[in-house]
Amino acid sequence: MLEVRDLHVQFHGVDHEAVRGISFTVENGEILGLVGESGSGKTVTAMVISALLGADRAAIRGRIVLDGVDLLSAAGSTIHQVQGKDICVVFQEPMSAMDPVMRIGPQVEECLRLHTKLNKAERRARALQALRDAELQDAEAIYEKYPHELSGGMLQRVMIAAAIISRPKLLLADEPTTALDVTVQAQILALLKRLNEERGMSILFISHNLNVVRKLCRRVAVMEKGRIVETADTEAVFYHPQADYTKRLIAAIPTRRKLHDG
Amino acid sequence: MLKSKRPRRMIRGGMALSGCMAALALLGTVWTPYSPTAMSGAEKFAPPSWVHWFGTDQFGRDIFSRVACGVGTTFFIALGTVLIGAVLGILIGAVTGYFGGWIDEALMRLNDALTAFPSILLALVFIALLGFGKYNVILALGVAFIPSYARVVRTEFARHREMTYVRSARLMGASHGRIMLRHILPNTTQVLLPALVIGFNNAVLAEAGMSYLGIGVKAPDVSLGYMLSESQGYMMTAPWYVLCTGAVIVLLILGASLVGEGLQERRGQ
Amino acid sequence: MRYAAKKLAMMLLTMVIVSFLAFLAFQIIPGDPTARLLGADATTESVAALRAELGLDRPFFARYGAWMQGALRGDFGRSYSYAMPVSELLAGKIGITALLTAVSFLLIVLVSLPTGVLLCARERPGLDRAANAVNQIIMAVPPFFTGILMTLVFGLMLRWFVPGSFVSPSEDFWRSTAYLFFPALAIALPRIAMTVKMLRASVRGELDKDYVRTAYSRGNSRWQALYRHVLRNAVVPTVAFLAMAAADLVAGSVVIEQVFSVPGLGRLLLTSIANRDYPVVQAIVVILALWVVLVNGGADLLNQRLDPRLRLS
Repeated sequence: MLEVRDLHVQFHGVDHEAVRGISFTVENGEILGLVGESGSGKTVTAMVISALLGADRAAIRGRIVLDGVDLLSAAGSTIHQVQGKDICVVFQEPMSAMDPVMRIGPQVEECLRLHTKLNKAERRARALQALRDAELQDAEAIYEKYPHELSGGMLQRVMIAAAIISRPKLLLADEPTTALDVTVQAQILALLKRLNEERGMSILFISHNLNVVRKLCRRVAVMEKGRIVETADTEAVFYHPQADYTKRLIAAIPTRRKLHDG
Repeated sequence: MLKSKRPRRMIRGGMALSGCMAALALLGTVWTPYSPTAMSGAEKFAPPSWVHWFGTDQFGRDIFSRVACGVGTTFFIALGTVLIGAVLGILIGAVTGYFGGWIDEALMRLNDALTAFPSILLALVFIALLGFGKYNVILALGVAFIPSYARVVRTEFARHREMTYVRSARLMGASHGRIMLRHILPNTTQVLLPALVIGFNNAVLAEAGMSYLGIGVKAPDVSLGYMLSESQGYMMTAPWYVLCTGAVIVLLILGASLVGEGLQERRGQ
Repeated sequence: MRYAAKKLAMMLLTMVIVSFLAFLAFQIIPGDPTARLLGADATTESVAALRAELGLDRPFFARYGAWMQGALRGDFGRSYSYAMPVSELLAGKIGITALLTAVSFLLIVLVSLPTGVLLCARERPGLDRAANAVNQIIMAVPPFFTGILMTLVFGLMLRWFVPGSFVSPSEDFWRSTAYLFFPALAIALPRIAMTVKMLRASVRGELDKDYVRTAYSRGNSRWQALYRHVLRNAVVPTVAFLAMAAADLVAGSVVIEQVFSVPGLGRLLLTSIANRDYPVVQAIVVILALWVVLVNGGADLLNQRLDPRLRLS
């Protein structure tokens, strides 16, 4: 469904590539984990796929094909049509990722407003449904609230609601649980898993935390210094890591003993 | 990358310009081509020439010589104003910010009331009380600018009060006075320096405005603002009078404002 | 609502402080106003009579109370140098200065907001540098000099208006407004430059924030992101700044009224200072302070509406 082929990214004014020729695919209805340390190029990859990073800031080569359409060769206006309709993003810090002076409702509806001709009442109904789908109680009240009135966990659910409202083909989740505390983290992961299973929505899940990836993804791609060093089933990666880097990454997990025991 | 150069260029350009103006002011105190007050009936409204660079005014006085003196007066007043305003403002701001408590509350309430009020109006009120003249302008403007310095310094001192280095200095037995003067004050220069330069700038602007209105510097002191108001009456006959005087005021303010803005931008980065 | 009440109390307190200071300032000055009113050859009886008439023989706080009571009713006593009540003297002037300030403020808003936004719509380093340079220079030209240049160029050379031909707005509102255009522009120019600078810095700062990235990820174009999200955030500090500018305009009008011979509050203030006509000075100070306090309070409340986060504390 999403196919990335030989992607190179080099920021203008920097003498080395941030992404050095990576290739991977996300199948229909799959959750692919993309793992690596900070600076490994995983977030840059996500930004290129979601068209948040463009030719004005970096030289980008390769192919990114979503259902037969090459996003990199598409014109600017086509990209704006894909953004928020076929590909939606959930970011790391829900509090700063939301507009502080706009109510929750209009922010959740924004994709519909930009990509559909639904009227206000229809949009509102869809937004309320999306908030409920994101397992938020009392959607009507939340619809009228401002971001600073909600907790981090609730906001991340709101962000997910805003991302799924236009039923995208691919959900890009860039470290969506890193800023949250552990119990909320587990709930958000469960929510993503449920959405994936019920709707068959593909997810590209980006994280530096192998542990989290293991709970969610069947397949994982490991990135190091702009390259993918290993792509395999998550369990296989865990028990039989092939690349040295992956071994070190697993060794660095503080709760490794527990993982093996349980 | 592009950003980091700009403040430096602004500061350098401003310093160069202000330096030229200061040189002109210094020159004006020791030597001018002509006496700034010498009148000459034969040379009324002479246009700029090699003899009279900026031309002459309605009494045949050499405008360049008068401008040089005027810049001197302006510098004197602006520096005096900054001195009074800054010394008292820093004192008040430091004490209230450092100790806090109800005095801080009360003084800041008063300060808010005063800063809400445009400082030139405040200076006008003081002038109304004190009377005109060079020293009264300094006093009036200096006092009017105290609140703006006090506010900046108070914020800084209140912020630094809670920092580890202040606490450890306190534990080591340093007195409050020593902590404020030797420890905190040097750390506030980043904020204080642009405030001082901008204060100088505002003082130049205010002095010129007040002298223009005829409630500032009195004769025989020469003032750019007063020259400007005089020149307004002869705009068609002697346009050089108004243009040269005004241009010097603009350059004076431009120099200081470039330095001030540059310093502020450098801190922002 | 509770915030508004607190704000209102704060504004009242500020007014009390300012009025008290204004009153105090003119009480502690050396010299007795009766001496100047009656001249050097006044008899002791006539001085005493006048002191009683002016209420100068009563204790300080009693005089302050009486003055405040009067001020609340709009009665600021009698002018020393004109034989009329201060309030009558002010009545005709306030409208002129208010009109000047209004025109000036309108110019600031109408010019600086679109300019600031247009400069941010696209990143063009060349245009940016040029705008910066122009801004710096405009900010360095004092309004009274701009005003003088305008009189020279548009008044004397091009003859678009006749300097000194001001008509009161009560006589002919539109002619009055037209005459005030250049004075208003002269005061507005440096503030326009400052507002543009401020707005640009504020938009720049907002553009770097995460929620803008979110907006792009949903398919907003740069314009849409700017219009729908960034501006609403960036305008909050700008409103506070504009309020300061509005308060500042009054100070600017004092000088500019002199340049263009506009008989407003500022000119009255100057002549009253020159004549040591303290009741008039006092009244003008209090009225201007009231204006400043009202503008700042209004801006605070407006910002409350614009930024929900400010409604909490």
